[in-house]
Amino acid sequence: MTKNRIDTRFAELRAKGRKAFIPFITAGDPDIGTSYKIAKELIRNGADLIEFGVPYSDPSADGPVIMRADQRALTAGTRLKDVFALSSSISSEFPDIPVVLLLYFNSVFVYGIERFFADCESAGISGVILPDLPLEEKEEAEPQALSHGVYLISMVTPVSEERTARILGQAKGFLYCVASLGVTGERSDFATDFTAYFDRLNALSDIPKCIGFGVSSPEQKASLQPFCDGVIVGSAIVRRIEEGIKEGLNSDRLAEKLGAYVRTFTEVTR
Amino acid sequence: MKDGRYGEFGGQYSPETLMYALSELETAYREAVKDPTFDAEYRRLLREYAGRPSLLYLAERVSADLNTTVYLKREDLNHTGAHKINNVLGQILLAVRMGKKRVIAETGAGQHGVATATAAALFGLSCDVFMGIEDTRRQSLNVYRMELLGAQVHPVTDGTGTLKDATSEAMREWSRRVEDTFYVIGSVVGPHPYPEIVRDFQRVIGDEIRAEMLRLHGRLPDALFACVGGGSNAMGTFFPFLNDKGVRLIGAEAGGEGIDTDRHAASLTKGTTGVFHGMKSIFLQDEEGQIAPVYSISAGLDYPGIGPEHAHLFRTGRAEYYPVTDEEAVCAFEYLSRTEGIIPAIESAHALALFRRMKDQFSPDQQVVVTLSGRGDKDVEAIGEYRGRFQKEEYHD
Repeated sequence: MTKNRIDTRFAELRAKGRKAFIPFITAGDPDIGTSYKIAKELIRNGADLIEFGVPYSDPSADGPVIMRADQRALTAGTRLKDVFALSSSISSEFPDIPVVLLLYFNSVFVYGIERFFADCESAGISGVILPDLPLEEKEEAEPQALSHGVYLISMVTPVSEERTARILGQAKGFLYCVASLGVTGERSDFATDFTAYFDRLNALSDIPKCIGFGVSSPEQKASLQPFCDGVIVGSAIVRRIEEGIKEGLNSDRLAEKLGAYVRTFTEVTR
Repeated sequence: MKDGRYGEFGGQYSPETLMYALSELETAYREAVKDPTFDAEYRRLLREYAGRPSLLYLAERVSADLNTTVYLKREDLNHTGAHKINNVLGQILLAVRMGKKRVIAETGAGQHGVATATAAALFGLSCDVFMGIEDTRRQSLNVYRMELLGAQVHPVTDGTGTLKDATSEAMREWSRRVEDTFYVIGSVVGPHPYPEIVRDFQRVIGDEIRAEMLRLHGRLPDALFACVGGGSNAMGTFFPFLNDKGVRLIGAEAGGEGIDTDRHAASLTKGTTGVFHGMKSIFLQDEEGQIAPVYSISAGLDYPGIGPEHAHLFRTGRAEYYPVTDEEAVCAFEYLSRTEGIIPAIESAHALALFRRMKDQFSPDQQVVVTLSGRGDKDVEAIGEYRGRFQKEEYHD
């Protein structure tokens, strides 16, 4: 089996002493063609991995910004086949960039677990984040994922307590380190003690660790990345998409706006 | 069977942020049930505060009219007017035991929210209730009751503005404040251990039915009827009888405007297996797992899924579930009011309506129990509106 792009990417970044920048957008917001243009701009402006959210009717781990994005994508008629087509285009045009999907487990389960990961493999998807499939239930999907060369990305939180070691013991690709309690959405500051949090995580495993949930500015990214291997930014980007839609920008202008916005993140010291 | 699994259903499909809290809850629960002082306090509250045992009432006029023998399990006579208080008192005791100072709850019809606000007042805990905006409108009386009891009610505008959206929002809130907050779930739904905890705190309904029928007749009833939304009053009614194969267990789900329309909440009749709100169960959803917007005249049954243990009882055939339309439920609501002087909750009216439809399957020497999960004061205004609109439409025809 060929090497997973996530491993290759983080090995390269570490060799260069760089940190990963991972933008998130909801696939199909405001439509799948525009998502494609935005994704290309994100990559051209320095994204190291790209994360596509699969829109869901009831995203119970997401805050209002991503909930509204999911609604826009569903209203535009976005289906899984569109997300696979988008992923396929991006992964073939950018052979070094890992594509990761974030979706609720029901979307995988109802589609058919084996069929879903087979389609992920065909679309060149490297990893899948299932926020509602914790360690205890992972066995239901992980064998099928791995048989198609796809990593299930594990999440850990500041309140995982004694679960932390078990989670890190089996994590693959990279570890999604939730920055704070609650759902997705921007935070002006974090209550988390990142030094203690990452000392604990680093003592347990060498796997690349990326911080997500609430990162809302280039300054926050700059202050967080000394702790970790990469930073995931979702709601802040999705909110700019929403603003662009409200401003009436066409898809090219919207993509340009987002490219310029993520440049403010990638230009801060890596 | 694996902990938290009912056949293939159940499980713990929760975000990592909540997983430690769920394991803490399970540990606290296992310790509490082994502690005789916990059980004694729970029993005392049920008796002295909630007014249990609830009565098993032989509905003679209904029995004569339908040529059957039917008893009503009067959960409507509990303090706060529904079965919800049974579960809430248990969970609040658990919250206090765990040192939590704040509770949150979701609510549909408002009965669970009212019960939670009541118990929170009793124990001096702060209480926030999440309620779909549509339900705050059709159950406005209960919103005011919760506020009177000192709770803060948060209207939820997402989705269809009903129970499913209120549940999602309560889960979001729990993940924000998981360290100081206890989530009092109102039905046998959600991630393990909630379906088990809620069922255990509701089984008092079935335990009392069993004891009373044995006392009166020296034998078990032939059939039990209960309505199912998430399914807590039905699970409480059915659970002590699961191994008594001679007792038919029959659930009434919300058929709305008819199961051939898209305006219903008949999860078992029309749903498929999926994973939502932390559990694997049966849901109304499309072929890609997007949850369907559902509808019922009853805010308490207006939910696109059902508790995992019901899904298991349905699949294995141990319990039967049939849809009941709005119109049938409203007719049963009016029927019981006129015949016995009991105004039932519109949710409970679904159970009675199903029994009326199936009455010919039971002879007068057989005994049937219908659980009246709550009282109907909260529904009077909405049913009046329904009837008004109904007559107007007929007039225009």
